Amino acid sequence: MLDLINVSYDTQIPNNVGLSSDKRVLKALERWHPGYINWWNDLIPRDFQESLVYLRTAVSVDPKGWAKFDYVKMPEYRWGILLAPQVEDRTIPCGEHAGQPAWQEVPGEYRNMLKRLIVIQGDTEPASVEQQRFLALSAPSLYDMRNLFQVNVEEGRHLWAMVYLLHKYFGADGREEADDLLRRSSGSEESPRMLGAFNEETPDWLSFFMFTYFTDRDGKMQLEALAQSGFDPLSRTCRFMLTEEAHHMFVGETGVGRTIQRTCEVMKENGIEDPYDIDRIRALGVIDLPTIQKKLNLHYTLSLDLFGQEVSTNAANAFNAGVKGRFHEHKIDDDHQLKDATYPVWDFDNGQLVQKDVPALTAINMRLRDDYTKDATGGIGRWNKIIEKTGVNFQLKLPHESFNRKIGVFADKTFDPDGNLLSGAEYDAKVGEWLPSHADGDFIQSLMVQVTEPGKFAGWIAPPRVGIDNKPGDFEYVQLHMA
Amino acid sequence: MSKRIDFQTDPSKYRHWKVSTDGEVATLTMDVDPSAGLFEGYELKLNSYDLGVDIELADAVQRLRFEHPEVKAVVMQSGKDRVFCAGANIRMLAGAAHAHKVNFCKFTNETRNTFEAAGAESGQYYICAVKGACAGGGYELALACDHIILADDASSSVALPEVPLLAVLPGTGGLTRVTDKRKVRRDLADVFCAMEEGVRGKKAVDWRLVDDAVPNSKFDETVAARVSEYAAKSQRPADAKGIELTPLKRTFNDDGGVTYSTVEVEVDRAKRRATITINGPADAAPASVEALHAEGAETWMLRCARELDDAILHLRLNELELGVVVFRTQGDPEQVVAHERFLLDNRSNWLAKEILLYWKRVLKRVDMTSRSLVALVEPGSCFSGVLAEILFAVDRTYMAEGDFEGDNRHVASITLTEANFGPFPMANDLTRLETRFLGEPERVGAARERAGEALEAFDANELGLVTFAYDDIDWEDEVRIFLEERASFSPDALTGMEANLRFAGPETMETRIFGRLTAWQNWIFQRPNAVGEDGALRRYGTGVRGEYDLRRV
Repeated sequence: MLDLINVSYDTQIPNNVGLSSDKRVLKALERWHPGYINWWNDLIPRDFQESLVYLRTAVSVDPKGWAKFDYVKMPEYRWGILLAPQVEDRTIPCGEHAGQPAWQEVPGEYRNMLKRLIVIQGDTEPASVEQQRFLALSAPSLYDMRNLFQVNVEEGRHLWAMVYLLHKYFGADGREEADDLLRRSSGSEESPRMLGAFNEETPDWLSFFMFTYFTDRDGKMQLEALAQSGFDPLSRTCRFMLTEEAHHMFVGETGVGRTIQRTCEVMKENGIEDPYDIDRIRALGVIDLPTIQKKLNLHYTLSLDLFGQEVSTNAANAFNAGVKGRFHEHKIDDDHQLKDATYPVWDFDNGQLVQKDVPALTAINMRLRDDYTKDATGGIGRWNKIIEKTGVNFQLKLPHESFNRKIGVFADKTFDPDGNLLSGAEYDAKVGEWLPSHADGDFIQSLMVQVTEPGKFAGWIAPPRVGIDNKPGDFEYVQLHMA
Repeated sequence: MSKRIDFQTDPSKYRHWKVSTDGEVATLTMDVDPSAGLFEGYELKLNSYDLGVDIELADAVQRLRFEHPEVKAVVMQSGKDRVFCAGANIRMLAGAAHAHKVNFCKFTNETRNTFEAAGAESGQYYICAVKGACAGGGYELALACDHIILADDASSSVALPEVPLLAVLPGTGGLTRVTDKRKVRRDLADVFCAMEEGVRGKKAVDWRLVDDAVPNSKFDETVAARVSEYAAKSQRPADAKGIELTPLKRTFNDDGGVTYSTVEVEVDRAKRRATITINGPADAAPASVEALHAEGAETWMLRCARELDDAILHLRLNELELGVVVFRTQGDPEQVVAHERFLLDNRSNWLAKEILLYWKRVLKRVDMTSRSLVALVEPGSCFSGVLAEILFAVDRTYMAEGDFEGDNRHVASITLTEANFGPFPMANDLTRLETRFLGEPERVGAARERAGEALEAFDANELGLVTFAYDDIDWEDEVRIFLEERASFSPDALTGMEANLRFAGPETMETRIFGRLTAWQNWIFQRPNAVGEDGALRRYGTGVRGEYDLRRV
């Protein structure tokens, strides 16, 4: 009998989907595999490929013990195909088919819609690895380097997960799409990644932490929504991916937190009370809090854009079809069909920003974005606690959702971070206070030096409170291969 | 009448297109302003278009012909990132009255035909440079170009998603051009037209949907290379100077009529009739090619064509209840012949040629106008040559015979010229006389032998050039009775009947687009599956799918 909890290693590809008896899909995946390995090898600098990294590898989908830690060379990482266990008698949670048994095969009428959703999700996974490919060269510690690689291999595994669905359920078209996931490349002129935010390089570690906190959280919300899919294999895939995604956000939250911690400590040690005494703070080799706020403003707003238009036909279609739900759909107390419900979205009336009720079905993106904002708020509070504890007088906050937007109702208009509509000239005069400048970027970049001695950390960031897998502070998370 | 739709514009007023020229190459960039739709209630997102966008395109295409004789190749591209054009705006279509949809499609079809023909007939070739999503009407724009280059970047695609997404057809030539022009295999065309997401890269070339699929790094280079290849085929003069298409002199009168310099539109709402009177040239024909260029947009043949074109479009879109359009002319028949003769004799001059080609399009616009069309050949009229073509475009011609009491104008006559035997073919590629005499081809020759003569009613009737000839005793009554009868029939049945009778003879891609594709589309546009409260077109954007009556008809 098929063991659907423990991972089978009887094929080249670890899985809990009985791949060894599914010759067709196995063949397709094995054909795709070399391209993937090439992609990985071309991407990550050679020395790191040869290094032994203390990584967790999924060995089960049992929430109690799904991963084990060990040293592994990244190209030899066991990327596998892991689906959360099937829920007995699961039904379609939303839309016009709500209550009917969940689909175990792709329904023909929603094939394209499902394929498109999977391709878009799949496209973001390798994109972030591409964006972060050079970061290890300036890792502030082996601990951080290891976390980066962990995030990278898991994004790689998420790509595998999407490719499995394409191969298994979408025939020749699916295989073609899977190939194209390796053809597109972040920032490429030739064939860029599908979503704009995934074509920007992640230039430094603060950006990486912000990215994992804010942008991976968009990924989390998308996965949460897809986990509610009536197409059961997609739901199961995403549910397991969410287990891994939590670590990525942990890396982001603690990374920013440790940066803040270090800045505040250094300020205090040097008797600096004014967080805006930027030159003095920077001279001490730490990142001033106003600059951290600017980075936060940037990454939060870029991530909001990933949710698309506030009112969206595609999102409405997907919800109504039952292929994509809302965040925690099963916990929402309504008809799950949104027949007559409305939802408030921002709009303009004679130049004034107003909230208008629109059919809730068309505001699915907006609702997910609101849920995202709530979800993202928690970490801000914890960062402020860190600042407060050190006695520095400063508070970070999320900018208003209208600020710095390129997509949706706020695009093409200029707002300040409090949501006040400004003239272009007013905005230009102040934007330097709200968004990082090139000079800010240069300064952050100047701090980015690689630290590879176990237990040591670059001067701009504090050590973590606990190690990964409860390892001691001087644990050698990466055994670097020095060519 | 809500808001009058105006077909006159110029580049200074464009909201959606940018035209730039550089020597023999022009670039036509579609960058639709979402907030500048022709009507309220929709936003033109993702380079989707409505009639307003297409009016600008038609204007740009026309100006490239007349104002830029040096342009041999036109690159059509998008000014937006990651989207070429998403096609006709769905919310606009869902909200539009049936008649507006039909007229919108007709006009967009005519515009596509115009730039499609520009290469072969005028040496101005259209090259479509597609980056990003090119769907529905967007791909139909591309299909009408001479050459399609698609970015091979793993996301740019061409698609005709109307059937699966909206329960309507790609009705702006899409289905027809896929099979007839691009000669896509019919089973692959079936696959293509039933898929939402379209086809990308090499497959699009293999299926013949595009001509080139090239990576972004080679994209501009390939566009430039194709532009050079096409430009090299062109005979357009490199050193010629264009003429400016100056604003029309036009007054809208309180009674609904429109007064132009050579054309007068009178409206009789009670009788549901519009009368278009064309006044022949007052001045002599240009004496030389130089004089023609100096006259520019003022020269009678061009001015008259532009005014007639505008008048017809105005009636089509803004005067839906005027079911009968009566054509009259007044003027010196020989002057008309002289003006036309001058252009025919100087066809090797680009401007003379362009004016003749424009008349070809205007006459086709008349053919394609779904109103009962009648011509009255009265004393004092000047139905010669190109104006006589109108007689063979309309559904019926009534001719006045002999002297009319108390009328000192010259006796009604018709003068055929070379213009009636070649330069102005219909959509079926035959001349109007060939189409008229499909069963008696020898009559075309008989008529040709009489070319140059001022044929009075008896002869014209004998030759089969008019439907009826009446003397002044019968004239008024017969014409009145016919017009009253016509205005009483069902407009739908008349539209169907007239469209069927007008286009005898062979099918061409153009007749298939207008006669078959749009007829089916117009039927679908009436069906609840598309436009009903629960139809796909109406529900588009709500997230709820269309509900279909599953019985085949």
